Amino acid sequence: MSAILSIRDLRKSYEGGFEALKGASLDIEEGEILALLGPNGAGKTTLISTVCGITTPTSGSVTVGGHDISQDFRAARRLIGLVPQEINLEPFETVWNSVRFSRGLFGKPRNDALLEEILKKLSLWDKRKSQIKELSGGMKRRVLIAKALSHEPRILFLDEPTAGVDVELRKDMWEVVRELKADGVTIILTTHYIEEAEAIADRVGVITKGQILLVEDKATLMAQMGQKQLEVQLSAPITAIPEALSSYGLELSADGAALIYTYDTRAERTGITSLLNEVASAGLVLADVVTRQSSLEDIFVGLVAGEQS
Amino acid sequence: MNWTAVASIYRFEMARFFRTLMQSFLSPVLSTSLYFVVFGAAIGSRIDQVEGIAYGAFIVPGLIMLSVMTQSISNASFGIYFPKFIGTVYELLSAPVSFLEIVLGYVGAAATKALFIGLVILGTASLFVDLSIAHPGAMVLFLLLTCLSFALLGFIIGIWAKNFEQLQLVPLLIVTPLVFLGGSFYSISMLPPIWQKITLFNPVVYLISGFRWSFFGTSDVPVVTSLLAIGGFTCLCLAVIWWIFKTGWRIRS
Repeated sequence: MSAILSIRDLRKSYEGGFEALKGASLDIEEGEILALLGPNGAGKTTLISTVCGITTPTSGSVTVGGHDISQDFRAARRLIGLVPQEINLEPFETVWNSVRFSRGLFGKPRNDALLEEILKKLSLWDKRKSQIKELSGGMKRRVLIAKALSHEPRILFLDEPTAGVDVELRKDMWEVVRELKADGVTIILTTHYIEEAEAIADRVGVITKGQILLVEDKATLMAQMGQKQLEVQLSAPITAIPEALSSYGLELSADGAALIYTYDTRAERTGITSLLNEVASAGLVLADVVTRQSSLEDIFVGLVAGEQS
Repeated sequence: MNWTAVASIYRFEMARFFRTLMQSFLSPVLSTSLYFVVFGAAIGSRIDQVEGIAYGAFIVPGLIMLSVMTQSISNASFGIYFPKFIGTVYELLSAPVSFLEIVLGYVGAAATKALFIGLVILGTASLFVDLSIAHPGAMVLFLLLTCLSFALLGFIIGIWAKNFEQLQLVPLLIVTPLVFLGGSFYSISMLPPIWQKITLFNPVVYLISGFRWSFFGTSDVPVVTSLLAIGGFTCLCLAVIWWIFKTGWRIRS
């Protein structure tokens, strides 16, 4: 796989000195879904706006499909579709005309059959003659996606596409994203919803304070940084952890009915077998055993907290 | 050149005009009729002739100019300010279009609307007074150049404006007085000598004078001067827009 989008040492300072991007570098491979996670004000939107040409960078370079975004802006921008965070739409125009306008703006010849297909896929076909102001919030968000898809981008930026939308629509959007990926479209998604990244991303990037903290394969990230917990539920509660089990660093649940063992999945030996043997030797009777893996959210919170401290 | 994009912007802007066609059409017809009732019939009947032309006919070029200038400015300024206000400007900025293409789309549409209204007023006026156009080619040229240059000015105002009040400010405080004092309803030869000199600093004088010449063959200032003035004004607006897009002033952060 080759990088379709390459960001090198990108910096953006605003008047007044605020530095939104502090040398961000990132390579995005063709056909992947990258989820960009970060707290509010981390620089996610500034990064996207700069790549798309809405914000002028202070320094650094960006190439899209090998085209520099300032020297060869037409070729670069033709490849990109943007679904912005805010619902920015001309309220008095119809859905159909808005989508048609977007396609024309990107220099693509009229193709009503394609627009029909896109609107149908996004359940907007019945609304094509409606003025945008008549649509619900969720529908408007679909229109934004339809506009971005209307010019057949090879790279699609989704800036918090599911902020404030209901669960059903969120699932629909994930489905659309998966279909686009199947068509070979590269997708960069910023989100606050970690489960979104967990559900659809191939790789996860974490951005905070204008810098890319890490970019990692989602599964690798979770495997590397994920800690697993084993909860040993006892048939009768105990008041203290037996002396013989002191070397495992166990925690006792508040009701005394469970022992919680935290272990590293990367370790050669997890120590589970010996722990269970020793639990039995100590005369404790097992009721059940449960394991839990830390979610991406736990990892993310841990990373950002580590960076801030 | 991305002509498809230019056509898309133009069509999108014209759609706004067609959505409100009745208002676009009725309001200039009504206001022109009112001007004729007040200035042509009520007051004009006492003025008789100006420079050998019936007063009712004399004011026609000025009336057309008044509407064309204000319409060009308001259409173009609103056209680019509205996307900034509602946020849809993101799409223009992220599209593979050059600034020239954006300007052509917006200014072209605004000038077309103003031209349409100018022609409607001309048609309405011909119902009230006998009109003959001495130099039709020059008339069309002056009309087109005025639509274009004032639409360019409107585009600049639309980019400069940070709120709806500012959008109204320049047309209201600068353009309307200049047009009214630019000889729309009188010949500058009717003014006291000192005011005749001062009036020559008003750029609108040259436009109205030239436009009136194309109707009646008489003018306050030489026609070539008029053409140079409007040509220079167009170039100035183009230069300002070129600078705006080069620096991204008030568009790109």
